[in-house]
Amino acid sequence: MPESLRDSVIELSGLGRRFGTDPPLDALIDVDLTIKRGQWIAIVGPSGSGKSTLLNVLGCLDRQTSGTFLFDGVDVAALNDRQLAGLRSRGIGFVFQSFHLMAHRSVIENVMLADVYRRNTWSGRRERAAAALEQVGLGHRMEFLPTKLSGGERQRVAIARAVMGAPSVLLCDEPTGNLDSVTTASILDLFDGLNQQGLTVVMITHESDVAARAHRSVRMVDGRLTESA
Amino acid sequence: MMSFKRGPSDPNPLVAPSGLTAKDLGNEALAGLFARPGRMVLTVFGTVIGIAALVATLGLSLTAGNRILGRFDELAATEIVVSVKPGPNGPIPGALPWDAADRIARLNGVVEAGNLSVVDVKGVLTRTSQVRDPSGQTAFSLTVEAASPGLFQAIRADLRSGRLPDEGHSARGDRVAVLGPGAALRLGIADVAQQPAIAIGDDRYVVIGILNDVARQPDALGAVIIPEGTARNDFALTGPDKVVIETKIGAATLIAQQAPLALRPDDPAVIKVAAPPEPKRVKDNVQGDLDVLFLLLGGVSLLVGAIGIANVTLVSVIERTGEIGLRRAIGASRWHIAQQFLLESAAMGFVGGIVGASLGTIVVISVSFYQTWTPVIEPAIPLIAPLVGAVIGLVSGLYPALRAARLEPVDALRSGT
Repeated sequence: MPESLRDSVIELSGLGRRFGTDPPLDALIDVDLTIKRGQWIAIVGPSGSGKSTLLNVLGCLDRQTSGTFLFDGVDVAALNDRQLAGLRSRGIGFVFQSFHLMAHRSVIENVMLADVYRRNTWSGRRERAAAALEQVGLGHRMEFLPTKLSGGERQRVAIARAVMGAPSVLLCDEPTGNLDSVTTASILDLFDGLNQQGLTVVMITHESDVAARAHRSVRMVDGRLTESA
Repeated sequence: MMSFKRGPSDPNPLVAPSGLTAKDLGNEALAGLFARPGRMVLTVFGTVIGIAALVATLGLSLTAGNRILGRFDELAATEIVVSVKPGPNGPIPGALPWDAADRIARLNGVVEAGNLSVVDVKGVLTRTSQVRDPSGQTAFSLTVEAASPGLFQAIRADLRSGRLPDEGHSARGDRVAVLGPGAALRLGIADVAQQPAIAIGDDRYVVIGILNDVARQPDALGAVIIPEGTARNDFALTGPDKVVIETKIGAATLIAQQAPLALRPDDPAVIKVAAPPEPKRVKDNVQGDLDVLFLLLGGVSLLVGAIGIANVTLVSVIERTGEIGLRRAIGASRWHIAQQFLLESAAMGFVGGIVGASLGTIVVISVSFYQTWTPVIEPAIPLIAPLVGAVIGLVSGLYPALRAARLEPVDALRSGT
């Protein structure tokens, strides 16, 4: 079966992440998780439970120390750092709690940044960024500076940047952590819409009502993963 | 609306490494620089001063060197005076041949040569008229010199009025004279239109020319100059005292070696040659200490500039930790991050080099204008200066770029925007 047709985007089995402190700290212990294509999954847990470590491993920003991690069928452990960077640039869209927009660049330039490390030419870049902004409902804010936008709008810009390259997974780290409840709801509606178009969404949060919007929810406790209702 | 569903024909490009085109790299680096233009200007300042000091020093020393060479071109570096070494009983009369100037003129590298002798008039006075005026002095004890026709060119005589004696005057022993401006003043002769005559002792000479100035042999300014042939007839001149030679630039040393052999092949040792010092050594003496000082100053400024760039780039790396984390997340490798910061610091150095070279050139031109020198700059210097600046920026950026590349994306992303 061709890898692109695999129905699971992320497959973790027996995954562990040990930090070489003294004594060694096991942040992830024997994690098994399969995320199907098109799923919207929330990873919940208290702080210190290892969910950030899991996010970093899932985002290919960190490597596991044991177990296997298949991303779209690719064994991540076998990739070198440059290939891992390539996988991040094309396969994963990141959304952060603190948005990470560049204050001196306009909204559309911030979105266009997504293409910088893909070795793409500039032709069509602005158009694709504009399309991504339309998709998150910010078509009317393209030339604004992020400092002129509300928190919800900033997060929408970040989401547009994340989805511009049509990634395999949208990886969100507390995406609503800096937003009020009304804005949170609208951002979650946006995730819902993107998910319905086929985008796999992985969302880390400690808020249970946010997690409730996802189709599936898993819980991290002390480095171990358990399926919750 | 775009779709995130993958079709069966989609290739799997995931394992290809990420990349950064030159255009994107340049764009990101420039955007990084111009995000804080004021800071960039201040950062570049040290490099500007350093490069400007270096360019100005190199340009000014070249300009000053050229000026010195130019002055010696005019006079000293092309002047040779050949005379006779005094024997045990004073000067040897007739040691130089009468055709000394002609012999010298045949040497390659000689522009002009002329004989010059002080005529022994045995104490007779020079005057304009025979009338003895009790109320004023009318007779003077003036130096009388004998010159071959070429001498006037060799000493670069500037004629105020009349003409210079030629070969014919000398050959015929014509009683004509040219007055130096000092002699003319004392004798009260302002111009030669009335064909004034002077008397040296009892012999009368027609004044055919009055000099304005001479560049060499300033004794001639106060003298009465008569043709050499005339001096032989009237005052029993036994031979030229000396030969004044103007050489081409750079030929002085050679002519100084050849002249004794050309004049006295039988006894070259009797000839005394006064030649200018090697022009090169003159130049070396003038440059030297000051240059080293200024070059040192420029070097120190460059060092300070480099430290400035390193400092600011480091601060910028720390400030932009979040941005670095984001870039890593969207696919930048460590090398991509390092590249961007290296390019930013190199660009600052490059701009500093351009501005510095321009300022340095302006300094050279301004000083030259003020001193009325000809500004001289090695053409390569303004071209090399920006490259030097870029290299300095690159070296300064090495450590900050390394720091940026080493940042762990996970930690970098946590550090806020």
